[in-house]
Amino acid sequence: MIVTKQKAFEAILKELDGMEKVFLVGCGDCATLCETGGEEQVKEMAERLTSEGKTVTGSVVLEVGCHELDAKKEFRAHKEEIDSADALLVMSCGAGCQSARAGVEKPVFPANDTLFLGNVLRYGQFEEKCRLCGDCLLDITGAICPVTRCHKGILNGPCGGTNEGKCEVDPEKDCAWTLIYQQLEREGKLEKMKAYQPPKNWNTVLKPGRHVIERKRGGDAGE
Amino acid sequence: MQVSNMDKVFEELKVKHAKPSIKEILDSGKFLVTGEIGPPKGPDITEMIEHIDLLKDKVHAMNITDNQSSVMRYPSLATAILIKERGGEPNLQITCRDRNRLAIEADLLFAYTRGIRSVLCLTGDSIPVGDHKDAKPVFDLESVQLLNLIRSLEDGKDLGGNELNEPVKFFKGAIVTPEANPLEPQLIKFEKKVEAGAEWFQTQAIYDMDHFAKFMKIARQYPVKIQAGLVLLVSAGMAKYMNKNVPGVFVPDKLIDELASAEKGKSIDVGIKIMARQIKQIREEGLADGVHIMAIGKEDVVPRILEEAEIDINEL
Ligand code: SF4
Ligand code: SF4
Repeated sequence: MIVTKQKAFEAILKELDGMEKVFLVGCGDCATLCETGGEEQVKEMAERLTSEGKTVTGSVVLEVGCHELDAKKEFRAHKEEIDSADALLVMSCGAGCQSARAGVEKPVFPANDTLFLGNVLRYGQFEEKCRLCGDCLLDITGAICPVTRCHKGILNGPCGGTNEGKCEVDPEKDCAWTLIYQQLEREGKLEKMKAYQPPKNWNTVLKPGRHVIERKRGGDAGE
Repeated sequence: MQVSNMDKVFEELKVKHAKPSIKEILDSGKFLVTGEIGPPKGPDITEMIEHIDLLKDKVHAMNITDNQSSVMRYPSLATAILIKERGGEPNLQITCRDRNRLAIEADLLFAYTRGIRSVLCLTGDSIPVGDHKDAKPVFDLESVQLLNLIRSLEDGKDLGGNELNEPVKFFKGAIVTPEANPLEPQLIKFEKKVEAGAEWFQTQAIYDMDHFAKFMKIARQYPVKIQAGLVLLVSAGMAKYMNKNVPGVFVPDKLIDELASAEKGKSIDVGIKIMARQIKQIREEGLADGVHIMAIGKEDVVPRILEEAEIDINEL
């Protein structure tokens, strides 16, 4: 899921400077789990903005913030509230904020900082394990990602900064290459670590990424 | 033999090789003694030039650190050329932290035309340990890939697979951490560096000679030369700090006690004594093919260390 963190309220107020009437947009998926854009946080934001003298014209928590078609549909249903607002404040990730952008012409502002694609370790605890590199090499690393979980993202074994299995940047974080070594050793597959990994192709997906699922002929092309 | 275009380039740029190269020293079986120059923060290079002049005839070559510890400094490549101009022999350190593959390749072409013959390939420290904590880390490559990149340039091709108008040639170095914990993954990396074309190694700082001898038993199985890396200890406090904060460095208690027993203000003398003793031992027992002396800001005591170690590079 996309892990988000709410910006400081003062920073949000600064973004909204000059915008008296605000429409709020939340996200029922990732941002709800991160407690940055669920029903509860949207309600709380409405109260805080009101107490700062702003008018909240309305709000909607989209099922999934980054779904542009859904967002447009919901915005049509809230047309009047949106029309009467000066701006939208989006309590979702950066992608969700931009699906709002695509759905309205009004100014749109982010309430959150978007941190990373995270695994949920337990409720409220997230860890980054994949950086979406476009060319997955977990097959050779015992399903532990060096691109993401090694601070330097290096591909041919540990740097000199490994310290008793921890990373030089943070003694709380495991050195990914120590983990990979241990896993491959358990599997009896250390030769995978010994094989040279050439420089990575960072452009397997030309940025900004775009992807269309190829449909089989005669298949259901969907909406 | 046909005179290559590069010979003309070297001639025009007045590239002189005043000193034998690191490769020539090692090939001749001599004990290789190198020092280190840490470029300054800012354009005033007068003190660095003093250090270069002080060391250029006392050591076979000088490493130049590349934004050491991720702290922005005067560039290593410019310093390497400066050393060359002043009649010394540079060992250019290149890290992968601040430049992508294009920038590194271009730097290597430039270094080659200026007569730089030895390159030490490193991954580089992480950005957060340095003084530009907001910078974007590059790490497009790491040390093993950097070694391979040089090999590719030596074959006349860049990493994009394009032909160069002339190949380059470097003596390729790398580093290894004998005190790494755990050691096995580090040894795999060592082996990969050898396979990627590393011809000689400098170790991370070592202090425990028994440990080092054990490490060398493993390392000697590979067809590479190895220099023991030695960092000057200036006080017991520094030794303790390194044990706590520098990964892969371990100063035994015995040495810490020795430093602590020094008279007030005299602990650097003890540090010098310790290093001189270790250099002697490494040389006499043939533990390694040379030493790399890192005095970290105290370059002016290096001649004293060498004297106490009874090393005169002109008489080796
Ligand atoms: S290699 Fe790592 S970053 Fe790339 S897709 Fe696989 S898990 Fe994600
Ligand atoms: S210590 Fe391990 S995880 Fe950290 S940068 Fe080095 S190799 Fe990567």
